[in-house]
Amino acid sequence: MTLFLEQALNGLQLGVLLFLLSAGLTLVFGVMGIVNLAHGSLYMLGAYFAVTFTAWTGSFVLGAMGALLATVLVGVVLERVAIRGLYNRPHLEQVLGTFGLILFFNEGTRLVFGPAGLSLAPPAWLSGQVTLLPGIVYPSYRLAVLVAGIASAAGLYWLVARTRAGMLLRAAAANRNMAEALGVNSRLLFLAVFALGAALSGLAGILAAPLLTVRVGMGEEVLLLAFVVVVIGGIGSIRGALVAALLIGVIDTLGRAYLPGALRFAFAGPVADAVGPALSSMLIYIAMAVVLVVRPRGLFPTSARTDVAV
Amino acid sequence: MSRAVLLLAAALFVALLAAAPVALLLDAPYLLFVFQQLAILATAAVGLNLVLGYAGLPAFGHAAFVGIGAYTVGILAAELPGTLFTSAWLQLPLAAVLAGVVAALIGAVSLRTRGVAFLMITLAFGQMLYFAAVALERYGGDDGMILAAPSRLGEQDLSRGVLSYAIAVVVLAVALYVSFRLMRSPFGAVLRGAAANERRMQAVGIAVHRYRIGAFAASGALCGIAGVLLANHTAFISPATLAWTRSVELAVMVLLGGAGTLFGPLFGAAAFVLLEEVFSGVSEHWRIVFGPLLLLIVLAAPGGIAGLLGRQSND
Repeated sequence: MTLFLEQALNGLQLGVLLFLLSAGLTLVFGVMGIVNLAHGSLYMLGAYFAVTFTAWTGSFVLGAMGALLATVLVGVVLERVAIRGLYNRPHLEQVLGTFGLILFFNEGTRLVFGPAGLSLAPPAWLSGQVTLLPGIVYPSYRLAVLVAGIASAAGLYWLVARTRAGMLLRAAAANRNMAEALGVNSRLLFLAVFALGAALSGLAGILAAPLLTVRVGMGEEVLLLAFVVVVIGGIGSIRGALVAALLIGVIDTLGRAYLPGALRFAFAGPVADAVGPALSSMLIYIAMAVVLVVRPRGLFPTSARTDVAV
Repeated sequence: MSRAVLLLAAALFVALLAAAPVALLLDAPYLLFVFQQLAILATAAVGLNLVLGYAGLPAFGHAAFVGIGAYTVGILAAELPGTLFTSAWLQLPLAAVLAGVVAALIGAVSLRTRGVAFLMITLAFGQMLYFAAVALERYGGDDGMILAAPSRLGEQDLSRGVLSYAIAVVVLAVALYVSFRLMRSPFGAVLRGAAANERRMQAVGIAVHRYRIGAFAASGALCGIAGVLLANHTAFISPATLAWTRSVELAVMVLLGGAGTLFGPLFGAAAFVLLEEVFSGVSEHWRIVFGPLLLLIVLAAPGGIAGLLGRQSND
């Protein structure tokens, strides 16, 4: 039971990281109509920046803030230089172009930071464990990630649903031409949305850095997961991304922890041993297929008139 | 089809045919290796073009079908060496059928969605098969396996050499012919019509869905055949064959050459393989230039090479 709770919390923590990533992806697609494969590269850069800046400043918090700023800066430059040319292009061409960007970022990172993986220690005040319930301890850093993720989700909800900027964003997503006719500077707005996406993706990378090895290629791994989240949640829906991200985080973590064991009850040892690991890494894709068969437009489909919903 | 396109296609085929004697004369097996790679990847790209180009569906999981072909060869060679099952005559159709059936199943589910959701789902299904390959512990798991025995063809086999090269070129020519005939058929007309205006096709009373699944099956089968050749060519089979970046690379070839054109996949595969050869010879960090170059090509020449050469009809 203790182990189960810990695994469930791990699942939720993976879920909030996935939410940060997929919220950016779904916003950039919903508002700008861009399929951005390089979204995962921003996650990778966030992690690399966090490691570097923490080493420079000696403080995780300062390092994280610097990394967030640097990632946003890269995002802004990226939008101005490359992404802007891909608006109103077929998705196929956007995928091709942003795939080129992945190659660029991966090779650039390898050049600048070296081919070896890096690691980042969580700050000292978060490196211990906390007792959640009598007998249940959990690493403080992982709990902090969970809290930071939930706080970011709440902040994003407030930004999109309650502020003037969010209103403009939703207006531009619903009808770009109409919003422009009413005086919305959509170029600036798109830049802001892309920067927001970069910030969310970078934040996910920064928070994840102490939990894993920071290395080239980490972006592509989570990118695919974020895609699954976006599709299950319903493209353009932030609420859908939240629900789907938590769902996928929990399914993936619990599946890996318990499915092989559960299979051993049902099948003979060798069969279970062969099928277990495969099935548990395929589980989220199977979940996606099931959701799509039942609801082809995802759990929270955005209406035809608005491309972004909260 | 413009004259320039035909000329370039003819020139490429002459180069493919000339590569074998030239490589023998100069004693340069590497030349043959690169050209064989080109022919095999072009075959897969021709397959992908049926879906990506003609049917206009942004499918990004086709490396999985290449992988099915490769693993078919690898598993048969490991489990049933020296039997009928290592014959290319059996492996090629078997791989085509297996990959075609899986492609049809994936297509049937994916086609419930549209646009970018479709794109992401095909990517995800490709990833699913990638993990399935990783889980094949018996066949090397993550590390993959060395091909136990090359596919036999009569007294000879498809390990390196002029025969395997010739087979790769012949298969490419056949694939192009199949693509040509399919697209001239009513089947191809429906696919292209649906890509241009799906609603209108449905209003005419055509069950577009079935045709698209058919296109998926055909394109999967061609990729499966390419996978058989690829496994023999590299004599090594690993999950990396199924990685999603491979799927994107195949799509890059199709788009680079000109999606929806007959010879586009051939041009794209040639450009991709040759650029890769040239760049990687210059520096190990060649991707830092190659990546932005891809982006520039997309921005500057959306119709790909075939588009640059000018086309008069859309085949």
